[in-house]
Amino acid sequence: MSSEKENLEEKLYTVKYNSDTESHLQPVQDCCRFCKSKACTIVCPAGVYEWNEDEHRLIVNFENCLECGACRIACEDKSLGWIYPKGNKGVTFKQG
Amino acid sequence: MTGENFENREENKVDVIVVGGGPAGISCAITIARAGKNVVLIERGKFSGSKNVFGGAIYAQPTREIFPDFEKNAPLERKNVEHKYALLGEDDSTVVSYKNTKEDAVSYTVIRAKFDRWMAEEAKKEGVIIVEETVVRELIVENGFVVGVKTELEDYYCNIVVLADGVNSLLAKQIGLRGDINPEDVALSVKEVIKLDKEKINDRFHVTDDEGCVYTIFGGSMLGMLGLGFMYTNDNSVSIGLGITLNELVERKIKPYELLDKMKSHPTIAPLIKGGELLEYSAHLIPEGGYKKIPVLYGAGVMICGDAAMFVNNLHWEGTNLAMISGKLAGETAVIALGKQDYSEHSLARYQEVLEESFVMKDLRTYKDLMNVMHDRKDEFLGYYPKKINSFFKMFTSVNSVPKTELYWKFIKSIFKDRKFSVLIKDGISLMKLLWSILR
Ligand SMILES: Cc1cc2nc3c(=O)[nH]c(=O)nc-3n(C[C@H](O)[C@H](O)[C@H](O)COP(=O)(O)OP(=O)(O)OC[C@H]3O[C@@H](n4cnc5c(N)ncnc54)[C@H](O)[C@@H]3O)c2cc1C
Ligand code: SF4
Ligand code: SF4
Repeated sequence: MSSEKENLEEKLYTVKYNSDTESHLQPVQDCCRFCKSKACTIVCPAGVYEWNEDEHRLIVNFENCLECGACRIACEDKSLGWIYPKGNKGVTFKQG
Repeated sequence: MTGENFENREENKVDVIVVGGGPAGISCAITIARAGKNVVLIERGKFSGSKNVFGGAIYAQPTREIFPDFEKNAPLERKNVEHKYALLGEDDSTVVSYKNTKEDAVSYTVIRAKFDRWMAEEAKKEGVIIVEETVVRELIVENGFVVGVKTELEDYYCNIVVLADGVNSLLAKQIGLRGDINPEDVALSVKEVIKLDKEKINDRFHVTDDEGCVYTIFGGSMLGMLGLGFMYTNDNSVSIGLGITLNELVERKIKPYELLDKMKSHPTIAPLIKGGELLEYSAHLIPEGGYKKIPVLYGAGVMICGDAAMFVNNLHWEGTNLAMISGKLAGETAVIALGKQDYSEHSLARYQEVLEESFVMKDLRTYKDLMNVMHDRKDEFLGYYPKKINSFFKMFTSVNSVPKTELYWKFIKSIFKDRKFSVLIKDGISLMKLLWSILR
């Protein structure tokens, strides 16, 4: 594992989550395939998105989402389906 | 609608529903409850504050307007007595500082998960009904009026909905009060809370037990970028983070947490947090669009306040104060409208009128050109000149047996060598224009 990834994992380890079983983030894979910037993979502060070149698919580790909304706004063609997780799910900040 | 359904609906109906339990929503709801009206506040988090992130510091005067005794009861960390402005170069820095321990408190650091929760408890005591762990998914609109909200479980009906749902406000977008947000109109912020002994904080930041120190950080890992760093002292921890315009990250293909890690390792910053333990990492958006990006603020049966209305004064890290006061003004407007039983656009227009008279809109107007100028000339104002200021002090503090006048002339010549005379004039004109737009 790259040290960059390890580093982020260490940070995310401090965050309290109650993960849902289904994703609140729904990229439109047909759009992602043609998307040049893959902006979501750059801006996400939790490394939620990874582009899988072999499968030509955007992988979404939605359990790590910090619910900031950056990916929704940065998405190249505004195609990313984005809603807040259900009321009792997602992140609970203890400091904030 | 069948007769029975309608009766149910009338029974469940409240005067006002406020969406979002941050400073804007709570201030609004408590204002309405204090006037004896019934108000429900819906918050998606486990408790108020559990989804919220800021620098940060709350401001004493506006907070007192909502909670007159908060200084006695609220969970406050430290009273800020010193403000430092640090201009970081690659390895060097220039720090300007203002300290005043005698003056009454201007701001206090707080932990949002504790402070927002406290505010919500106070609101409950004053009669606000708070529904937690519930996401409002949609507004219910009938005959052009917003008449209620749809949550995952239930529909709730009311006379007025106040949107205090924060920067992403999907609800304001749903009813067309605002369009899509552009990446240049928000900053993404990443933050770490780092545990550090009280004594270490006191020593390193030159403060006593209850006193705090605030850093605003320019440059460093963000040299030439539209971004700003911050550091705040809490009781037993330090909050450090930065906000950077979203399009900057996309264009430069840099990850936000890498910028933060680099800032943390700068020689001016690293010793301050050395040996600390990471308590929590977090991220949040900050509205950056300013005055020009304010959405339509009201419609029939609906008003928008706080971050949802883009009320942030980013240069000063002010947001909670604008949220509280706009929430209060929306609350007062709701109370008047309830008295008249008139929830039309015309009736709620009062909200905008009183906002225009308040510091909220006045301050936002003051800085209306700031972001444009900064976007246009960031290479100059956030790259070249900050570096030059550091190199001035490098020259000024150097001792190398070269006569001082020679050093001065070399420095001045270097500016003319770096930049054409016409470019310097352009920089000067932009600066004057900016200052004029702020001061006029
Ligand atoms: C990194 C950073 C540093 C900052 N530093 C400072 C500072 O030092 N001082 C300062 O004054 N300001 C600061 N700000 C700005 C300040 O945090 C905001 O302006 C302020 O929190 C806005 O208050 P609000 O109530 O409008 O929104 P928020 O505090 O964002 O509250 C919105 C609430 O609505 C809830 N919500 C959202 N959607 C829904 C829904 N659909 N259903 C139910 N609930 C919903 C959320 O869970 C949240 O509790 C900072 C901001 C950031 C990001
Ligand atoms: S930016 Fe949008 S379209 Fe592009 S990969 Fe990400 S989700 Fe897909
Ligand atoms: S909302 Fe924020 S944390 Fe969640 S996936 Fe999008 S960018 Fe990442």
